[in-house]
Amino acid sequence: MAERHEHHSPGGSFWSGTITFGLVSIPVDLYSAQRPKPAALRMVDQNGVALHRRYFCPGDHQPVAGEQIVRGYEIETGRFVVVSDAELADLEPKKSREIDLRGFVAVAEVDPAYFQHAYFLVPSGSVTKAYRLLAEIMERHGRAGIATFVMREREHLVAILAEGGILRAETLRFAEELRTPEDIGLPPLGRAPAELVSRFRAEIDRLQRPEFDQKLLHDRHAQRLLALVQRKLAAGEDVVAKPPEVVPAGAEIIDLMAIIKQRFSAAKAAG
Amino acid sequence: MASRAIWKGVIQLGDNSIPVKLYAAVEEKGVHFRLLHAKDHTPVSQEMVSAASQAIVPAEEIRHGYETEDDRLVILSGQELQDLEPAPSRQIEILAFLPGAAVDHRWFDHPYFLGPDGDEAAYFALIEALTSSASEALVFWVMRNKEYFGVLRLRAGYPLLVTLRSAEEVVELAVKIPAGREVDARELAMGEQLVSAMADTFEPQRYHDEFRERVMGLIAAKASGKIIPLRPPEEPRASEDLTLALEASLRAAKERHHG
Repeated sequence: MAERHEHHSPGGSFWSGTITFGLVSIPVDLYSAQRPKPAALRMVDQNGVALHRRYFCPGDHQPVAGEQIVRGYEIETGRFVVVSDAELADLEPKKSREIDLRGFVAVAEVDPAYFQHAYFLVPSGSVTKAYRLLAEIMERHGRAGIATFVMREREHLVAILAEGGILRAETLRFAEELRTPEDIGLPPLGRAPAELVSRFRAEIDRLQRPEFDQKLLHDRHAQRLLALVQRKLAAGEDVVAKPPEVVPAGAEIIDLMAIIKQRFSAAKAAG
Repeated sequence: MASRAIWKGVIQLGDNSIPVKLYAAVEEKGVHFRLLHAKDHTPVSQEMVSAASQAIVPAEEIRHGYETEDDRLVILSGQELQDLEPAPSRQIEILAFLPGAAVDHRWFDHPYFLGPDGDEAAYFALIEALTSSASEALVFWVMRNKEYFGVLRLRAGYPLLVTLRSAEEVVELAVKIPAGREVDARELAMGEQLVSAMADTFEPQRYHDEFRERVMGLIAAKASGKIIPLRPPEEPRASEDLTLALEASLRAAKERHHG
């Protein structure tokens, strides 16, 4: 119920729509550029049978089916205003499936604190000409297109960037969501003792590295978890055959590269 | 009004300690709905049920399963998972200093401002040293039983600590796009003109969450008993002729510019 549009798109994309700039329209599918955390676990019972989340009526303790569930906003304790999916959809901008680029800004100008989540945009039809054109121009001139659009029942500010011929949508926070040092009440900037500053500088210079080594960022918790799993596997302790009804946790993983290649090849064939 | 710190830590810079407080730099402003039972509008409760029997499984019988590639399931208890948690610590460990902006936004997860926790001299010295070195720090710390990597850099003159996604979470798209027909030179020129006619500066204050404002408006209207009519939806369409669309867009952009 909460995700109306997102199931209709093919191949694991959860939003499809159109990028427009001026009168040019480019139909695209959105794919997350972030994977779920590694070593995902699923909830099971003591015998390894998968568990599902279900809703129950607190009054009679009977299960409540999805279609009997509505969404309510609590206006005062225990009093709700019910809002239907149709009503929410109706509040979306008239062209709700459209990311209308309202302006192109220098990529370097976009404040990094605004970035929230990254998505890849893949051409959804076989016509990729306008997609290629926009990607090439934005990359060549270091520009990002700025727009707002509604996805998952929230409005997002978004920057469209191009890298290696692929368009990315980066959702941005709204300015009203970012606090300033003044909002927080940080003290006015003061001077520090020069001797302390130069000691700090010496340490900074000592620890200076020329570039960011991504290998430093491996998930240590996931590694400890995998080590524990290996120990239990070796000891044959708490290991069961996977019950047949369990859907593999990695089943949703999509081969984005394959999708991109296929879309662009189809376009080539289509001319 | 001053905010409350969410955590206190100590940045360890060689032999120097810089005590700091963390403040959320983001205030999420979504509309939060509760799920209600349609017949009586009471909030529903959530339970975990067995996929096999549909019976409710009480919390103390819930385990966590890790699936191996050869279709086995390793069952882990809550206690075992708790034992994997890192030891609590107040240390913010510096892994390296990097040239400014070496870590790009794809890694960024959540930003926090740092304020001084007592020793203001050390806090201001950190700011001055970061400014003069034009660098940012890659750091590691444990907060509320979780490990974080972060980048420490200045924003509006103050230290901002941004948590980072792990290397496993960031999708590197090293895809070679199959070559298609060359982009048409005339369309490219028109597209470039259009993009430059639409050149703008990044001013995020201009954009507001209008959808949220409308949702709150609807809620207020319904609370006072109003009935709101619905509109029909629309279908997306691709522009059929790129050259024509570019030409028309350019004319419109020029008119706006002169008008």
